Amino acid sequence: MSITILNPGLLTTVQDFGRIGYQQFGVPVSGVVDPRAMSIANILVDNPEDEAVLECTMLGPQIRFNAPNAIAITGGDLGPTIDNQPIPNYAAIRVEAGQVLRFAGLRSGCRAYIAFAGGLDIAPVMGSRSTYMKAKIGGVEGRKLQKDDVIKFRKPNPDLRGLNIRHISPEFVPRLEYKLRVVLGPQDDMFTEHGIETFLSESYVVTPEFDRMGCRLDGEIIEHKGESGDIISDGIAFGAIQVPTAGKPIIMLSDRQTTGGYTKIANVISADFRILAQLKAGDRVRFAQVSVAAAQDALLTQRAALKTLRTAVSRA
Amino acid sequence: MTMADVRFLLSGDTALTAEFGNEISESINAQIRAFNIALEHAKIPGIVETVPTYRSLMVHYDPGIISYGSLVKKLKSLLTQLDKIEIPPSSVLEIPVLYGGEEMGPDLAFVAENAGKTEQEVIDIHTSTEYLIYMLGFTPGFTYLGGMDESIAAPRLSQPRVRIPAGSVGIAGKQTGVYPIDSPGGWQLIGRTPVKMYDPNRETPILPQAGQYIKFRAIDQAEYDRIAAEAEAGTYVCRSYPRGEGAK
Repeated sequence: MSITILNPGLLTTVQDFGRIGYQQFGVPVSGVVDPRAMSIANILVDNPEDEAVLECTMLGPQIRFNAPNAIAITGGDLGPTIDNQPIPNYAAIRVEAGQVLRFAGLRSGCRAYIAFAGGLDIAPVMGSRSTYMKAKIGGVEGRKLQKDDVIKFRKPNPDLRGLNIRHISPEFVPRLEYKLRVVLGPQDDMFTEHGIETFLSESYVVTPEFDRMGCRLDGEIIEHKGESGDIISDGIAFGAIQVPTAGKPIIMLSDRQTTGGYTKIANVISADFRILAQLKAGDRVRFAQVSVAAAQDALLTQRAALKTLRTAVSRA
Repeated sequence: MTMADVRFLLSGDTALTAEFGNEISESINAQIRAFNIALEHAKIPGIVETVPTYRSLMVHYDPGIISYGSLVKKLKSLLTQLDKIEIPPSSVLEIPVLYGGEEMGPDLAFVAENAGKTEQEVIDIHTSTEYLIYMLGFTPGFTYLGGMDESIAAPRLSQPRVRIPAGSVGIAGKQTGVYPIDSPGGWQLIGRTPVKMYDPNRETPILPQAGQYIKFRAIDQAEYDRIAAEAEAGTYVCRSYPRGEGAK
């Protein structure tokens, strides 16, 4: 009743929605970078939305199944195969004991999520199974997966009803340029009018410096009012866009520190995290301002769609 | 504190920042602590967690339960009632420290020399203050402390150490603090506590809280060993007392 990691790929970790309630103690939230992809993968195999999944980055792992189970893979398209036969993303699949899940290569996006029906047998730390590598907590021994790791299933469910209807169209569509909607703040008043205009009109490119902590962009310099982009440290939300004195934006992701001392010009809206999570070096983005009410509407609309999916799947 | 002094800033669509000022001061931090306690008591549906920092309180919330507009309204009304809510005095957390020695506090001699004092004088000064925990951050359990006597300030190491053991007590510039986990760092190490500031598998994973105070107490090797054994067994409880009641 387990899987064996034959090859871990570039960076494969156990993640869920992260540690809630410990930021006041300096513990980063961690968790998946693409919460929506994780929710969909879980719903497709009848898991609660917050069940821990494997987050695979760019080069996927090779996983041997030692017992049958149903899985679903969502997020970026890393080219999943079972025994070298391509399988669809965003669909529940039954995998037999002895079969091997491999990823042929990155086709689009950056991060894929594998949900296993009934979940993985990983002990929660501070209320979460998420791996936070820097403090070596969560997941498998607080680290990324490595060759020969064995992870047990909790309650595998290979005989999931209605496999044939458990699929939706992949959500992530590659584009020449991505639009990320933002809500200005909390320190937008520390930028000149020209600086805000630059930020909202220029396109920015993702640099090779992107990981689970943040995503560094390059492009036109965003002008501060004063000489410095430093502030007295305050809290950092997921998707916060820091602009240090040098004027180049950094978007903060799951493993961000809980507090920071750089000005934050804006925050990517939650409904667009599914795009943000799939960006990689070389991708171009442009920011578009929306109101907080519009941002919250967009998030609630997305949640409603998940509910609809859950209902549809429950009829399987 | 009047309502007009607090700014509510957007931090995306699931968090806001209530900013109480733009400086590092004990009085601003006390207001944040009071507001955070009041918020806990008010049990506003939809609040997920709060993160106190030097000068603000970040409030994470679920917009599916409460919108930004309604939340700000509730928070503003709570601010007007702050003086009606009884805020308990901050507590002081006593942290036992073995000062000096090649292993535990290799830089105590340098800090003393730099300050033109004896090692004992540095220890006396370091243990005489109740340090305010302005906030936690940087790594799990790392406290940003205020109030160190500037006469024992010391520059950072020019060459940071690759691995500093958890529990090390250090000085960097005008700051002092405890390393909660093994990590690289450039602080001058003056001692070590046997207490585990951070233990992910303990019921209370992190001992110190923002708004609380830390007071260091000098111990000898025998007491260090005894406390270390108790800490390892999970039976050691740090002494803490309401601020103002003093030690014993």
